[in-house]
Amino acid sequence: MTPPISVTGLTRRYRDHLALDQVSLEVEAGSIVGLLGRNGAGKTTLLRILAGQEFPSAGSVLVHGEPPVENEAVLRRMVFVREDQIYPDVRVRHVLRAASWFYPHWSAELADALLADFDLPPNRAVKKLSRGMRSALGIVIGLAARAEVTMFDEPYAGLDAVARQIFYDRLLADYAEHPRTILLSTHLIDEAAGLLERVVVIDRGRIVLTADADDLRGVATAVSGPVLAVDEFTAGHAVWGRRRLAGQASVVVVGPLDQADQLRASSLHLDLAPLSLQQLVVQAAGQPADTLERTSA
Amino acid sequence: MLLKEAGLVREMAGLDEGTPLFAQIAERLAEEIADGGLAEGERVPSMNELAAFYRINPATAAKGINLLADDGLLEKRRGIGMFVASGARRRLLAQRRERFAAQYVEPLITEAARLGIDTDELVTLVRESSQAIPVPAPGGVTV
Repeated sequence: MTPPISVTGLTRRYRDHLALDQVSLEVEAGSIVGLLGRNGAGKTTLLRILAGQEFPSAGSVLVHGEPPVENEAVLRRMVFVREDQIYPDVRVRHVLRAASWFYPHWSAELADALLADFDLPPNRAVKKLSRGMRSALGIVIGLAARAEVTMFDEPYAGLDAVARQIFYDRLLADYAEHPRTILLSTHLIDEAAGLLERVVVIDRGRIVLTADADDLRGVATAVSGPVLAVDEFTAGHAVWGRRRLAGQASVVVVGPLDQADQLRASSLHLDLAPLSLQQLVVQAAGQPADTLERTSA
Repeated sequence: MLLKEAGLVREMAGLDEGTPLFAQIAERLAEEIADGGLAEGERVPSMNELAAFYRINPATAAKGINLLADDGLLEKRRGIGMFVASGARRRLLAQRRERFAAQYVEPLITEAARLGIDTDELVTLVRESSQAIPVPAPGGVTV
């Protein structure tokens, strides 16, 4: 079966800046993939190229087996919600009606339910919406389109924690009933971590990690306590980012710890704290590309 | 710093960061079966129900369910869902008994040794404490 997204050797150069550098990525049908990385890492460029809104400098990009640029058949099967999406000067309901014409699987019922969830007035002019309401409108379109490839690029500017939770819950509920391929680029990693099946971490235009989100749990642990005890415990382990303060040290140990390790840590009076996905991504962004893959294999 | 609501909810649901979520889901279901909250023959929540409740990916929830099914603790009834297999509770309680020494007794002895409490003293302490703490009625299946 043709994968919904297949990218090979993708490079995007802007004058003297390399936004994407030899990116290769294949996404399976029916999964939620988190696209993670710092601002400027290349996430938006990748999504824009997938959405056919930008050209690669080199490499191949196939969506449903075809190049997406000016390919209406492909574009109707995908929805791309950008951070700070710009809309024409019309009312909310007009935007939704236009979307309903474009997307073949559009659900008016879901769109109405989401409007109510986000308190979006259908008759309000889009230019009178607050920033958060505009983000909510993007989310309504992104979900109600039920497109086979659904891409959200930091879709929640101006949305508070409650509204973001509504987004996550509705996304999960609708995804359960209508599975599709979802790419979610986000820097609110811990919030979204549980939703993700796969994670792709981009750093400075390169993919530094692709993994099952669940496999990354427990793959790195912060060990802290007296310097001597920390040194004794971490001898022979791969470690990241050693920090010291007076007699105390904190080190990240890479690789899962077993029960014997846990007992040893407790007898050395060390504190063990597993790294969250967000902390892991922060660490991974500064490491050589294969460190984690080696240790999680 | 923004509220980390989803993380908070998962925490409230008792899921932690250090273990794969699928294993935690399996552990939760196993706990419920062992405690009798999910009776043998009863339907277990579906992948989508678990996903919505714990706010996790449905594939992750499915992996947790399948782990127990592969163990023979759950059985699939075509078109209806997963059900607690007969004998599941007895088997889970037996497993817990097997793990009891490693999980509770060994750390107790290690810590006692560190504090200079010898075995006799430890036994006395256990006896005194068990008189002071009201012990819940045994979850009791004799194995």
